[in-house]
Order: sequence, then structure tokens, then C-alpha cells
Amino acid sequence: MDLSSINWLLLLASLMVAATPILLAGIGELVVEKAGVLNLGVEGMMITGAIAGFATAVESGSPTLGFLGAAVAGALLSMLFAVLTQFALANQVASGLALTLFGLGLSSLMGQSYVGLKPPSTPKLDIPLLSDIPVLGPVLFSHDLMVYFSIALVAATWAFLKYTRAGLTLRAVGENHEAAHALGYKVVAIRCAAIAFGGACAGLGGAYLSLVRVPQWTEGMTSGAGWIALALVVFASWKPWRVLIGAYLFGGITVLQLNLQAAGLKVPVEYLSMSPYIITIIVLVIMSSGRSRGALGAPASLGRTFHATG
Amino acid sequence: MKKRTLLKGAVAALALAAAPALAQDKTKVGFVYVGPVGDGGWTYEHDQGRKAVEAEFGDAVETVYVENVPEGPDAERVITQMALDGADLIFTTSFGYMDPTINVAAKFPDVKFEHATGYKTAPNVSVYSARFYEGRAVQGTIAGHMTESNVIGYIGSVPIPEVVRGINSAYIHAKKVNPDVQFKIVWVYEWFNPAKEADAAKVLIEQGADVILQHTDSTAPLAAAAEAGNVIGFGQASDMAEYKDGPRVSSIIDNWAPYYIARTKAVMDGTWESTNTWDGIGPGMVGIGEITDKVPAEVKAEAEALQASIASGEYHPFTGPIKKQDGSDWLAEGETADDGTLAGMNFYVEGLEGEIPQ
Repeated sequence: MDLSSINWLLLLASLMVAATPILLAGIGELVVEKAGVLNLGVEGMMITGAIAGFATAVESGSPTLGFLGAAVAGALLSMLFAVLTQFALANQVASGLALTLFGLGLSSLMGQSYVGLKPPSTPKLDIPLLSDIPVLGPVLFSHDLMVYFSIALVAATWAFLKYTRAGLTLRAVGENHEAAHALGYKVVAIRCAAIAFGGACAGLGGAYLSLVRVPQWTEGMTSGAGWIALALVVFASWKPWRVLIGAYLFGGITVLQLNLQAAGLKVPVEYLSMSPYIITIIVLVIMSSGRSRGALGAPASLGRTFHATG
Repeated sequence: MKKRTLLKGAVAALALAAAPALAQDKTKVGFVYVGPVGDGGWTYEHDQGRKAVEAEFGDAVETVYVENVPEGPDAERVITQMALDGADLIFTTSFGYMDPTINVAAKFPDVKFEHATGYKTAPNVSVYSARFYEGRAVQGTIAGHMTESNVIGYIGSVPIPEVVRGINSAYIHAKKVNPDVQFKIVWVYEWFNPAKEADAAKVLIEQGADVILQHTDSTAPLAAAAEAGNVIGFGQASDMAEYKDGPRVSSIIDNWAPYYIARTKAVMDGTWESTNTWDGIGPGMVGIGEITDKVPAEVKAEAEALQASIASGEYHPFTGPIKKQDGSDWLAEGETADDGTLAGMNFYVEGLEGEIPQ
């Protein structure tokens, strides 16, 4: 084994890139679940965002418009879920799974004429002084804007949930929708907004895959990233900063195991590949064995259908 | 009353559906795919073969396919459903469908099955594969000449004999033209996962590789190579010609169409028999995509000469002296590998580093 052949700085830098799609999708899903809605359609919204963003970027020549288009497409698709679960009161688990299947099909239909095209490249941020700092420069200051946007989004979500009145209302809706309703809050409207936000974030995550990380359109290219984002929210016990840590951990291990292989490590890589999931399970076990179920941090109304009576 | 008639009609319709072989004169051909038909590689080429069957026989055939079928128990369900729906001939196009295909075939003795890249046969199950390693020899020759860093990155999918054969063949021929060449091999344990394939390519490039060979199904590694610049790659399974202006310098093309047409014809004529087909460059099952101008003329000529000598049967890519990785003798001077050893190849040749994951 020759560990010196791994460039650890590049590894750290590529870890941030590998983690960004699941980070974006994860933080969106966190807000949705905080509002008491379980949307299993992340994978479908991501892949729809991936093709919508790709198509918009190719047609307009602008990656920025591409990301915007992806967010809009993700939000639109999530509205389908919102109509089903909030107004038609359909089962959230089934609707979410249906959304994933629908998104996968829709995206391959939309993507027919985009196979093999190259997207306009997303400019990297090159801050003259900061990027030149040895060690820190290449790791922290020479990514594309979306990497920083995703971190800023985590901070914003955290501040919103913790310090604002609107954030408190959203959490109240997620903890006890009957009580929130009795206090006069519009449970359905708030949940719809949260679902739209989740959809937009998932769309952005998907577009990051097709515009930056791969960059090309291929059918089914998310390959389960949406499910990892869902696991991430549980792993993070519904706390924004932990989503960030979790995403970098998951993304990091993916990149690390490939690096170790290329460097000729003798440890079977299967163990590394499964380690994020094992860690998720361990975290769940530890947290749920705490004194109260509340330690787990799951919103109390998560996944329950709300029907306003009286 | 009315309800009852309706019910009777439904029963009759069901009975018809259950015995479609009698009710139809069309030959129904089914295809089970491991990835989406738009992957631009492996599944795409199988689907081209399916379309060729339709074009050849027109209204006399009906083709159906199911894409993105996971290898394993799920595949068994899909294949069973296809047989129940009246397929006369079913192509299962990935290694992992081997046992499911054999299991389903035992339950439907009248349906013919064709399994790609496997080795288990039955009276109604044929196997077919292509000698991709012949194409890998040409690829290795080009790669060995073209690398400047002397590091060639290889993205392996799943550690099965077919993939190991490709690595060995590419390495032997790269080494022949460039004794300093080194292979870095990364396994992604999946046939199709664009994000992971792109990551693997990036990792290899970061670790010094300037030529990327892939045994995975998507064009993602080529996209990553294009992004990095100054890195070349090859089309895998399909020509991947859309990257011609970029990193792609040549390709290995799987051409299944003639085989699919011949086998469908055999079912129509009633002459179908269980066979074991393993064709290479010569019969045209393996094609070499156009070598672009990025490759110097003399290298191109050498690669084409090698391709011609393999096609004519004059040269076998595994010709001794070749030693195994542990230094023990495998092939003596002038000896060529037999198909049995090749089919079950589970060792690296001398000079390759690392171990094959078990």
C-alpha cells in the first residue's frame, strides 16, 4: 500500500464535491420532515431536477439558469405530492414512492434528446488571494458556487428553524398539527411551502450531479442518491449541522474508498462502502436507547395525515 | 344477467391470455436489461440488437423489454412474468441473471432462453458472449503508447472472470509496447452508476493516470476525462462517438444484432438448439471503433495490424510466455490459453499490482 500516492488535499476537495448533491437534498428533506411530512420522493425529484437543470443549462448556455430551472422543476413535482397528501389525504409513504417512480420515468422521457450532450461548465470560484493560500486554498476556496451555497443553505435553515417565529411555527406544525391548527396556523399551507422547499432543494442536488459532478445526462444517473439523502436526515436526527457532517462523512467515505483502492489498500473495500450505513444504524440504536423517545428528535406528527375538523 | 355475461367474457379473455402461444402467430422476443436503454453503453447496444430484430422480421415478431432490472431475485420475477406473457425467446443480458434464468427456464420448458456472459446451460438455455478481451488487446496497445505518465487507470465493475480477462489482456499488450507502464485498478461494484464511475475516474486522474480504461456501462468516465483535460479514454460496449472530439480515442463496440437475428430466426424455424457461443473480432461480435487523429499514425497502424491478426485467428491475445501474478508459470512460449481457463479466469498476470477482490 502506498498512501503517499493519495493527494489528501485533492481528496478533501473532491469529498466536498461528492457530498454536495446529498447535502442539498438532505437539508430540503429535513425541512419537510420538520413540518411533519415524510416525502419518500426525493430520488424522483432529484432526477427530475437533474434533467430539467441539464436541459435548461444546455438550451440557455447558462449554468445559473440551469440550477434555477432544476429548483423550479423539483418544486413543481413536489406539488404533485402536496396535492395528493395534503388535499386528497393520501398515504404519504405510498405517494412518496409513487413520486420516485414517476420522476424516474418522467426524467428519462424528458432526457431522450439530451443524451451525449455536454453542459456549459460551471465556473469555479477563484478568489485571487484566498485560493492561493497553500493547503486551505485548494480545499476551501476553489470550488464552484453551489458548494458554498449548500453550506450557506444549511446555516440559513438552522437559523430559520432556531431563531425565527416562522421556524417555530413550522416546527409546531410538525410536532402537533392539531394544536397548531387550534392556534390558528394554516397547517396545510405551511406544509405545502415546506414540501415545495424540499422539492427545490432535491432538484438542485440533482442538477449538481448532471451539471458539475458527472457532468452529463444519463438515465437513472442519481442511482439511489435520494435514498441516501433520506437516511441522512435520520442519521442527523433532524438537526441541520449534523446533516452537513453526515453528508461529508458519506461523501468522504465514497471518495476515500476509491482512493484507497487506487493506492492499493489490502482491506476489502466492501467494508468501507457499507460503513456509512452501519454508522447510521449505530447512531439510531444509540439515540433510541436514550431515556426518552424524544432524544431521537423525530417530529411527533411525522408521516401522519392531517384533516382539519371543526 | 348482464354482469354474468361480462364475467364470462373476462374469463374467456383470461384463458386466451394464458395460452398466448396458441393464440398468436407472431414470435415474441423478450429482453431483460440491467441498465436503462439510454445508458449509451452496454444496455444501449443490446437494445440496438433488439431493434435490428424488429427491423429484420417486421410484423412477424413482437419484442418487449424491461430495463433497470436488478441482478438477483428480482430478475427471476421479471423473467417469469415475461415467460407468462407469452414470450417465445428471452434474452437475459447481464451476468447476474445467470441463476434466475436457469431457475425460470426449468419452469418453462417450451420457452427458449439466452443468457449473456454466463456459463450455465440447459436444454432450453443457451449462453452467448463476446471475446471482449480481443478488443482490450487493441486498447492496451494504444493505451501503452499514449500514456506519458506511464500510469493507466482502470475502472472495474464487478470482479468476475470477464472483467479480469479484460484487465489482463489490456495490461499484457500495454506492457509489450511500454515496459514502464503501471495499472491502477478501482472497483466500483456496479455496472451502472454514473456518479460513482465519474468519481472513480477523477480519483485515478488525481493519482496520476492519463489514460482511463473502463469496464462500466455509462459515459460518465469519459465526461470526467473531458473535464480534466489531457486525459484519454475509450468507448466501452458502445462507440460513445459523442466524445470523439474530446477524450475518446477509440472504442470497443458490442455488436449483438447478427446473433439476435440468427437466434430469433432459429426459433421461428424450429431449429433452435442450446448452444454456447463465444465470438470475437473475427465474426464481428466485437468491433473496434474508429481510432481518432489524436493517436499518432504509426500507433494507429500497429493497433489496426493487431486487430487484423486477431480477426484472422493468426494471433491469440493470450500467447505465452505469460506468468501469473505470483510468478508461477501459466503459458509456455508460444502456447495459447484454452477457453476453459479463460472462462474462469480469476488471477492477474505477472506485473499487475493489487488483488482481485473475492
